Amino acid sequence: MLELKNISFQVADENAKQKEIIKDISLKLDDHTFTAITGPNGGGKSTLAKLIMGIEQPTSGSILFNGTDITYMSITERAKLGISFAFQQPVRFKGIKVKDLIMLAAGEKISTAGACEYLSKVGLCARDYINREIDASLSGGELKRIEIATIIARNTPLSVFDEPEAGIDLWSFNNLIKVFEELHDTSENSLIIISHQERILNIADEIVVIANGSVQAKGKKEDILPELLKGTGGCKFYQ
Amino acid sequence: MDEIQKTLLEQVADLHEIPAGAFNIRANGQSAGRNTTANIDIVTKEDKEGIDIIIKSGTKRESVHIPVVLSQSGLTEMVYNDFHIGDDCDVTIVAGCGIHNGGDLASKHDGIHTFYVGKNSHIKYVEKHYGSGDGKGERIMNPQTVLELGENSYMEMETVQIKGVDSTKRFTEARLADGAKLVITERLMTHGTQYAESSFNVDLNGADSSANLISRAVAREDSKQLFLAKINGNNRCAGHSECDAIIMDNAKISAIPEITANHLDAALIHEAAIGKIAGDQIIKLMTLGLTEAEAEAQIVNGFLK
Repeated sequence: MLELKNISFQVADENAKQKEIIKDISLKLDDHTFTAITGPNGGGKSTLAKLIMGIEQPTSGSILFNGTDITYMSITERAKLGISFAFQQPVRFKGIKVKDLIMLAAGEKISTAGACEYLSKVGLCARDYINREIDASLSGGELKRIEIATIIARNTPLSVFDEPEAGIDLWSFNNLIKVFEELHDTSENSLIIISHQERILNIADEIVVIANGSVQAKGKKEDILPELLKGTGGCKFYQ
Repeated sequence: MDEIQKTLLEQVADLHEIPAGAFNIRANGQSAGRNTTANIDIVTKEDKEGIDIIIKSGTKRESVHIPVVLSQSGLTEMVYNDFHIGDDCDVTIVAGCGIHNGGDLASKHDGIHTFYVGKNSHIKYVEKHYGSGDGKGERIMNPQTVLELGENSYMEMETVQIKGVDSTKRFTEARLADGAKLVITERLMTHGTQYAESSFNVDLNGADSSANLISRAVAREDSKQLFLAKINGNNRCAGHSECDAIIMDNAKISAIPEITANHLDAALIHEAAIGKIAGDQIIKLMTLGLTEAEAEAQIVNGFLK
């Protein structure tokens, strides 16, 4: 499904010195897998997600998607090949309505009822939201759920979620878990979810721990999660 | 009426055929059709170019269309249209001007629309501007609107100028009596080397009067825009102006909001923001499979919708 080969990513810091955010990461994700990526803040998780979507370009290394080299493909080309990306901080648009965005995501003319279905899945009462603009009148949590609805509407072979739980209240969080479980159980699609939440890690097939720009651990949830839960102080992956 | 004129009419008045209700169509400086109803009369002015539209008190759910189309290159006109609206009316008025200039001479339509709105009347006024034609001659429109809003009246004014007008200077002035409310929504897009200026002067004279001016503008290529909004609070009142603009390419935009409180209980707010399309907006739409150009078009269309 997705293969990262020796991916490195550097940026120039304020003193024009090269700083390495991602250091020679190689990862292989199988078809129909739910992979959770976790690790300390600033460890390179979000950057890795952006590299997969093409929002950032790696300094070196290559990315293969279903055998195709996508390393130098644009965001649009990757989206058309079947990769989706849910932003950690969803974007607001003045004048664009929730319905418009879901229709763009679905990529075809869908009925209002069809668009409403996606909203209902993320726990939003569709009637109240479908004609609202995606502007500052929506709360962070509402935006986040609309963002997830657009990913469900896209229904692509690979979906990458960057901290979907951030800004979501407890009640919605329970629903969010159900949404991910359902996405995983009812389709052949693969999910990559960046998360700090134990309950999300707990429903994943695989867990990848990233810290200091490198993979610290990768394996079945059953093997990795108990180590993580021993507490960050004693966790060997965080050292 | 020829095909070009029909296209212009469709653009500015959404009319495919003769409208229902009262109307007056002006084509190349001459009347091309008129209809009056039992409640709405249209009379040609005798001392200058233009018409008087007289709407009887109590007229409900009726509409008036007064589109203007110009397809003759080099035509210049100045028109005065006065709307005398009685008390307790509920009327929609659609005006608009379309210029097709296929020649090398400038075509120009200047108009002053004056509204005298009676007590408790509810008016929706829509004005659209459109230009077409590939001649070198400029398409120029300078609309002026004067609003005299009576007690407890409500006026909603919507203006749209999206395409093809080379130069426009719009001036809107309003005076509001006790309890009158005014909402103005302006949408403007300029391209090429176009110039557009929109200026407002609103006097909130009456107790509990209120005004809300909302402008959304997009300036692309080498075009220039100037937005001026002046609200004077002369009584217990509420005023708000908001200018939101997207700047693209080499365009230039100025927004100058001004609020003056001449009364202790005047509550006035102005907001103005100019910026380019946010990069993350384009990226988000690209992750949905749109190209960069398609994403930009979606963002601009949504913004001006």
